[in-house]
Amino acid sequence: MKADPAGVLTGAHYLDGDFACGEGAMAAGCRFTAGYPITPSTEVVERIARRFPTMGGLFIQMEDEMASMAAIVGASWTGTKTLTVTSGPGFSLMMENIGLAVMMETPCVVVNVQRGGPSTGLPTMTGQADMMQARWGSHGDYEIIALSPQSPQEAFDLMIDAFNLAELYRVPVLFMMDECVGHMTEKVVIPPAEEIEIVPRTLTSVPPGEYWPYHVNGKYVPEFARAGDGYRFHTTGLTHDERGYPDMSAECQEKCVHRLLEKIKNNADKIVRFDEEQTDGADVVVVSYGITARVARMGVDLARKKGLKVGIIRLIVVWPFPEKRIRELAGNIKAFVVPEINYGQMVLEVERCAAGQASAICVPHGGGGVHDPNDICEAIVRAAK
Amino acid sequence: MSDAFADKTRSTNIRLAGFGGQGIVMAGYVLGHAGILDGGNALQTQSYGSESRGGACKSDVIISEGEILDLVPPGLDVLVAMSQPALDKYLPNLKEDGILVYDSDLVKPGDCTIRALGLPATDIAEKTFGREVVANVIMVGCMAGLTGVASRNSLRAAISESVPPKTVDMNLAAFEEGFNRGAKQGRNAREDKE
Repeated sequence: MKADPAGVLTGAHYLDGDFACGEGAMAAGCRFTAGYPITPSTEVVERIARRFPTMGGLFIQMEDEMASMAAIVGASWTGTKTLTVTSGPGFSLMMENIGLAVMMETPCVVVNVQRGGPSTGLPTMTGQADMMQARWGSHGDYEIIALSPQSPQEAFDLMIDAFNLAELYRVPVLFMMDECVGHMTEKVVIPPAEEIEIVPRTLTSVPPGEYWPYHVNGKYVPEFARAGDGYRFHTTGLTHDERGYPDMSAECQEKCVHRLLEKIKNNADKIVRFDEEQTDGADVVVVSYGITARVARMGVDLARKKGLKVGIIRLIVVWPFPEKRIRELAGNIKAFVVPEINYGQMVLEVERCAAGQASAICVPHGGGGVHDPNDICEAIVRAAK
Repeated sequence: MSDAFADKTRSTNIRLAGFGGQGIVMAGYVLGHAGILDGGNALQTQSYGSESRGGACKSDVIISEGEILDLVPPGLDVLVAMSQPALDKYLPNLKEDGILVYDSDLVKPGDCTIRALGLPATDIAEKTFGREVVANVIMVGCMAGLTGVASRNSLRAAISESVPPKTVDMNLAAFEEGFNRGAKQGRNAREDKE
């Protein structure tokens, strides 16, 4: 269906990434946001809190991040599209309830405007060191979806995709921005509502009394029933059967958790998204994401001027990771170069997928700034030898 | 002004720097917004401390006709310095043919060979407008008058949209004060180190 015009601020704007992210959420149909504002993500909820009253949305400033995450899980069960926004320390606190959203199959979106860490770290400065936390931060086995925008325009565009993916797969979608994109101001063009495609919450057609909340009928994703529509059912973070009731058995665990993994894994080809450029005949491929993708491009340009054959893979969806494509490329190139604002996280995935066919060279950065493009160029030169 | 600024096809890298609380980020935002209103592209980034006032603060603006890929300007065309530490730190990043604009109440440039224009923005802000906080708009005005990186009308529009409604007139008057001073010096900034 098309977006609700009430949430779409059509036109050309000069917005920072945080504001653009908030606009993306509202255009995507988000009408409930709970958060505990934290630098450098505060502007996202500022924007939403200011604009929500014009479209019937509700923002609640919560007592902490655990409550914020719990609130958006609860609100999502009314059929409302929900969002919370945070940065590093708050992301850590949200982990338990992100797991609850995974287990209860609750569509929602969590924005993490990454800053330097660990702990309080660099509140006002950039980082990309929460990428593995996004994948593995909550306990237990699960699969997750995460996206990473490289510009304010993409912060808007990808927010719509984030909400749509959350609905399609009934999973929390993590929006892994970084402070640099969040606080960077650029032209952002917001299209008319009729050009924005929205995935609405698909409500069950099974009548109350016959509805089982986790009965999938051969599909991956169960049908949804809203609280308040007369359906009486149970949902829980405990391992549950198709009726939603706890079942403490290895058999039920296998069935329940296996489907949570399969619904993402078996649809990975549809979810995975990346930009690819000049990888044909390349000796080196640079893999990057978020703000680093833009800096990496400068490094690649420098290396190409030296006559090197360099391709680019820019991750747009970071989880699930584009395993297949990295594996294919590994057979044809000498090395991957992976700059990221951490000491080596996504490079581990590249290395795993390359499986020894090509080397994976990390270009680390501790945070608080972006790479010097010359450092990326030097790494490419070394890798090409 | 120099030919470099007349050529709109290349990008102009501007850094505004000073202390937190001086409105450095806001000045950068206004400048970038004006660049967009002029029909080009603009990118503004910023760096500031956790403190709301007093820490070091900078805002980088790139204005270009074309797509902006650079995030880290290889060299600055213009540096607007509103504190001594900011000048000391960023002067080495200024290109040889770049221009320095500084608040002469707060910054002593020493014997630099760069084209430079100082104006007592904080003093003007306080004495003429009774509000120290408009020093940032005076500096933006002066820099724009001097270099022509953004048009007067677009800057006026950007300022009007960004400042609190009750302060629009005061901010525009402060901007004009700076703009006129900058424009007057535009032709002979090389010799004129106030």
